[in-house]
Amino acid sequence: MEYLIHLAILFSIYAILGISLNLVVGYTGLLSITHAAFYGIGAYATAILLTQSGVGFLLSVILGIILAVLASFLIGAVLSKFDGDYYALGSFGFSVIVFSVFLNWQSLTRGPLGILGISKPELFGIDFSSNFAFLILSLLFLIAIYFVSKFIVNSSFGRVLKAIREDEKAIQVFGYNTLYFKLAVFVMSAAMAAVAGSLFASYITFIDTSTFTLMESIFILTIIILGGLANLHGSILGALFLILLPEILRFVGFPTDIAVQMRQVVYGLILILLMLYRPQGLIGEYKL
Amino acid sequence: MTILETKKLEKHFDGVQAVDNLSIGIEKGEIAGIVGPNGSGKTTLINLLSGTLEIDAGAVIINGVQKFENINPWQISFYGITRTFQDVRLFEQMTVLDNILVVLTERNVFSSLFEKHKEYHLKKAEEVLQKVGLWKKKNQLAINLSYGQRKLLEIARTLAMDAEIYLFDEPFAGLFPEMVKIVSDVVKELKREGKTIILIEHNMELIRKLCDYLFVMDEGKLLAEGKPEKVLAKKEVIEAYLGK
Ligand SMILES: Nc1ncnc2c1ncn2[C@@H]1O[C@H](COP(=O)(O)OP(=O)(O)O)[C@@H](O)[C@H]1O
Ligand SMILES: [Mg+2]
Repeated sequence: MEYLIHLAILFSIYAILGISLNLVVGYTGLLSITHAAFYGIGAYATAILLTQSGVGFLLSVILGIILAVLASFLIGAVLSKFDGDYYALGSFGFSVIVFSVFLNWQSLTRGPLGILGISKPELFGIDFSSNFAFLILSLLFLIAIYFVSKFIVNSSFGRVLKAIREDEKAIQVFGYNTLYFKLAVFVMSAAMAAVAGSLFASYITFIDTSTFTLMESIFILTIIILGGLANLHGSILGALFLILLPEILRFVGFPTDIAVQMRQVVYGLILILLMLYRPQGLIGEYKL
Repeated sequence: MTILETKKLEKHFDGVQAVDNLSIGIEKGEIAGIVGPNGSGKTTLINLLSGTLEIDAGAVIINGVQKFENINPWQISFYGITRTFQDVRLFEQMTVLDNILVVLTERNVFSSLFEKHKEYHLKKAEEVLQKVGLWKKKNQLAINLSYGQRKLLEIARTLAMDAEIYLFDEPFAGLFPEMVKIVSDVVKELKREGKTIILIEHNMELIRKLCDYLFVMDEGKLLAEGKPEKVLAKKEVIEAYLGK
């Protein structure tokens, strides 16, 4: 049971990451592979504040969001000038830069040593240190982010995002300065990723740089491509499937250590098979 | 009154001078045809007028006062300009209805998130889709339309813009007769409303029927201009089309 709760918490964190990345990749058609950077910014904000100051969890989440907004504003201002392959390459560049800041700004992040002893959240006098309570908390965040995202994609703003994905030059001719729209959705998405980071840091109580690599960004990308681009439910489904995948591997008879090692191979295989046979993912509405 | 004027407009690609020292004036409320052999620079001209391509040299003057030497594509609607694309550019994986709604809504990020005119926009979208006979298909993805329907949807999208100047790049090409009728009715109605239309077209019968004035381009230059019947009878125009 405890283990199921653990999986469910991871699921809700990855569902948040998937939903938020889907806004950029699925709805706007911008292949960003720097999502883990903002996930990391949220995680470090919470980790540092909770271990080194008296600041509470909620405030650390808010500060994480603010930092992610600032960082994504700067990064997005550059990236939004690009489209297509250039966008993907540019975001790759930024993911490397942010990772090396995490790694080398040791006075702040302790680099590869990581930050230990992050406390479990306490909110409005309620203690979320039991895993079950934490699950409720992370599900609440997931639900909030789901509804905010739903509002975004169903708004006129969301429709413009899709038009940018379909033909950016064409929508510009109808009066939209697309740079602002691309920047705005990138910043919104980063803010949500930071929330997932705060949850992760506070749940695991230990973070180091190894969680916020390019590999992690690609894992989140796999979630949304598997679940389906431009479909919020798809991202939830994708997160569920990929979190359960190691368990499924174990269930069909792989030994535990092999199941864990197999995971990355299977993620890679899933991406390749999807591109070959089902580029729109399980319930997606759009092919990359 | 001249509503749109180009002054010594230039555009080259590598070695090709696509638009060469082009100065033309278009009268408000008229349908101005542009003809010329393939590669004579017609589409490039439209791209320059709509900010889709950067101007090398020269200027565009709107209403005799507003002048631009270079313009961003998203600014042309402020000048009352809208356009279609020769190679039909729709928002493919969006519905027919959304292809129209998307050009009606708020232009800035914040207001578009909290759009307040849903009902009004829906009415407007219905009106323009009815005009081209696509209202029944409003929930289909644009990608699933036939070629002719796609061109009609592009026309409807420009109608939704309520522009002053319509740039139509071969709107009749590849259409069946009943669709040609729909488009020519739309063009005539725009004219009745006092709008200005620039029409690139190869079919001389349509040019004669619709256009008030005609420009002939060849190798980026203006070869001839005037009333369609007169221009089309000129020797150099016939030669440009049939080869020398
Ligand atoms: N984007 C472009 N890049 C390079 N050459 C171009 C481009 N657009 C047009 N051209 C060239 O410019 C010339 C004029 O083309 P275009 O304006 O499309 O002619 P038209 O519409 O009259 O057929 C042609 O020689 C064409 O090959
Ligand atoms: Mg052309």
